[in-house]
Amino acid sequence: MTSALDITRSVKPPRAVFVNFPLGHQTGPPGQPELQRRIVSNAMRAFAAISSPGTIVELPYVWDPNDRSWEDTDYTKGWMPERPSREAADKLEAERQAKFRRD
Amino acid sequence: MPVAYIPRTRDLYSDFTPYRWVKNESAPFTPLTKPVSECRVAMISSGGIMYRDQPRFHREDASYRRIPIDARPDELSVWHFGYPTGDAERDANCVFPLERMRELEAAGVIGTLVDPAFSFMGGIYSARKVHEELAPQIVDELKRAHADAFFLVPA
Repeated sequence: MTSALDITRSVKPPRAVFVNFPLGHQTGPPGQPELQRRIVSNAMRAFAAISSPGTIVELPYVWDPNDRSWEDTDYTKGWMPERPSREAADKLEAERQAKFRRD
Repeated sequence: MPVAYIPRTRDLYSDFTPYRWVKNESAPFTPLTKPVSECRVAMISSGGIMYRDQPRFHREDASYRRIPIDARPDELSVWHFGYPTGDAERDANCVFPLERMRELEAAGVIGTLVDPAFSFMGGIYSARKVHEELAPQIVDELKRAHADAFFLVPA
């Protein structure tokens, strides 16, 4: 899968499927299993169909037909949410590990 | 319009030495010799997925996690430096479509989903590290698992 056409054209993987979604959603939006399933199954079909090295199949899905503003902001300064401090992140990690060890 | 990520990367990381993108002149290609419905397909995500108490990723981390394919959604978590992980934390299928691949296996679209699936944190500056350390280890895993194909999902 890819959402970065220019990078994929430069790297040239054997077979690729492009979907124009913001980074972090290459196999679909959260909580939308139907659309996720279509994307993944389109990818499997493309995998079988591509016979020419480096082919990129473009899927027709649109992230939000009423708002394309994400295309202007994705991967630009200020786009990443502020990260927790080192201490806060370490605390979260310790809690996560403890939770699963307890279960 | 597709976003031009190469110039955006240059702008976003303008304080750093410009990233040297991998530029290949041709694509390697192994023709498929049987239907996908008979293939053993592995899934690899660069979205930074972890299973249960597996350790989180650190900067320039070229390690990977083995995720059992029967993992429940609440047993997965996400840690990544390069994209907003909120949606993937709510639903890992955004970048690690394990449930969808299991459905395709059950429906006979793919032959077998290789167990385990794999994930690493794709925000690795060093292409050399990926090429010389991470990729060969995953290739070994795929060979040991007799995978016919792999599905690579970035984030």
